Amino acid sequence: MDLENQKRVKEFSDKYGPENIVVLLGASEGEASGLAAETVTAGDPTFAGPLTGVSLGLQVYHVCEPEIKSEFDSAVYEEQVSMMEMVIDVPDIVKEMTTIRDQYCKFCS
Amino acid sequence: MKLKSVIKGAGYILVHTPDMVLTSGTTQTTERTVNPDSPYLAELPGHIRSYEKVLEYYPNQVYIGNVTPGEFEAVPSPWHDKACPVTSRHGKFGEIMPQEEFLLLMQACDVFDLIKLEAGFVAAVKPALASDPVVSEDILARIPTGTPAEEIKRLVDEEHAEGLLHLGKLVGCMKRAHDIDVNLSAHVMLENIVSKASSVLALLHAVKNTGIGKAEIEYVIDCAEEACGDMNQRGGGSLAKSAAEIAGLTRATGSDCRGFCAGPAHAIVEAAALVTAGVYTAVAVTAGGCTAKLGMNGKDHIKKGLPVLEDMLGGFTVIISADDGVSPEINLDIVGRHTVGTGSSPQAVISSLVTEPLEKSGMKILDIDKFAPELQNPDITKPAGAGDVPLSNYKMIGALAAKRGEITPKDLDSFVKEHGLMGWAPTQGHIPSGVPYLGFAREDIISGKIKNAMVIGKGSLFLGRMTNLFDGVSFVVQKNSGVAQAALDEGAVKKLIAEALRGFAQSMLSEE
Repeated sequence: MDLENQKRVKEFSDKYGPENIVVLLGASEGEASGLAAETVTAGDPTFAGPLTGVSLGLQVYHVCEPEIKSEFDSAVYEEQVSMMEMVIDVPDIVKEMTTIRDQYCKFCS
Repeated sequence: MKLKSVIKGAGYILVHTPDMVLTSGTTQTTERTVNPDSPYLAELPGHIRSYEKVLEYYPNQVYIGNVTPGEFEAVPSPWHDKACPVTSRHGKFGEIMPQEEFLLLMQACDVFDLIKLEAGFVAAVKPALASDPVVSEDILARIPTGTPAEEIKRLVDEEHAEGLLHLGKLVGCMKRAHDIDVNLSAHVMLENIVSKASSVLALLHAVKNTGIGKAEIEYVIDCAEEACGDMNQRGGGSLAKSAAEIAGLTRATGSDCRGFCAGPAHAIVEAAALVTAGVYTAVAVTAGGCTAKLGMNGKDHIKKGLPVLEDMLGGFTVIISADDGVSPEINLDIVGRHTVGTGSSPQAVISSLVTEPLEKSGMKILDIDKFAPELQNPDITKPAGAGDVPLSNYKMIGALAAKRGEITPKDLDSFVKEHGLMGWAPTQGHIPSGVPYLGFAREDIISGKIKNAMVIGKGSLFLGRMTNLFDGVSFVVQKNSGVAQAALDEGAVKKLIAEALRGFAQSMLSEE
């Protein structure tokens, strides 16, 4: 994850409390989604950014996961996301995201 | 009659920079700052490729024109573990220059006495550079005999100069151009001279490939991602005119156009518009390479046991000229724009760049034979978790075609195969942005293999922290419709005037 984004995530988490933050991802494949999710839960796996060694354990989802999709106005989702949903490997992303959340999320119910 | 602008030709060059990966790539410079004893920095030198290895790398041979996109697609990826049967330094579009010669070319591009190269190194390498067919005597004459090694070491140790290494040995340095202005620091000056020198090399190849006279080029647009200027006008420019000077384009002026990775597409639309409007008859759109991005994904490559594949600087020049009756024309009626109001979802982006401009001209997605979006080499991006960028773009365009009922979702794979390309460009930001295909597209359109192609440039403006917006622009090149204005001979002009006068006389008579 971009170092500046890591910094912003950390600042939001400090300001509002990690239990009140949900990180929403839009990466186009499973591995990239998993890396970003790991960064905001366990810490930066590349040891390069501000989240190195910082395990925020944030709630993190991909926009194509069913929990998030159901929150959207279906017309907006159709207009903004449906094309990408057709392109990306949603089951693979769901699998990656679930694995990371199960391991590192501190606030997932 | 509306004038037309055509793709007169292109030049594509690569430079192998094994030492610059270590000294100038930001992944490495950052690591040296935050974690100087890291295992990554220790392991890195063992993953650097030799010049012979980069010559036999398939994507590099495609970039300079020795392997066609069609031939390339037949070779299954990954390519880093395969040897291309063609290992030539020179190709029909350009060349792959070795680092040592490039250091001398950088010196030739330095007009402020900032680069010092060791005398023995200059003497040893100069004959090789002199044998490059595009490097002329006037360029070689710009290279001084050299500096003693002790003086170079002193400049690095005491005067904040950046060392220039070749195969691990200090062979020169880049001095700072100002004592306190960071915009003129040795590091920034090195980035800018590298960009300028690789742009010069691309310009020289484009001139050679098109056969255009240097004096015929009237304007140069640089669309790289560097910025030159001082503390009072950082980014004031002009890399364009600086490169034109060294390349010997004595009748050209120029300016810099920036738009992150979308820069080249913006620049080509601007060049085409200038030619179509009759302002200039030939415009060179050019860009050199970027040291900062060398080894950008090095950590992932090493983690996966691969060589560091981002060891090449890229450069290109496309020459846009007035109609010659043969070369493919740029259709300025089909220009896609990602506007301020477009939004940043991939769906909105692709619609604004692909379907909206086509619809205005009554065309469908399937009416475009080949799409050239960002053509990053997936050998580089996949191990870094960024996927296959061109493939993602083709799937998005295909999905849009499916949503519009032009194809069915099950045809997505065949759409990608038929209308797509495999990526072969180095991940040098602006370099992969659709334009690497223009050389091949020109040939395939002239030969009739395809009738048109759409080039799509996309840029991440938010990286500059001035806006959160994304950006993009697209344009279509198509078969020349013939009847070149240039072909109108004197007889035809006389005939047109005679017809007009006859009509005028008849109207006078009828009024009487």
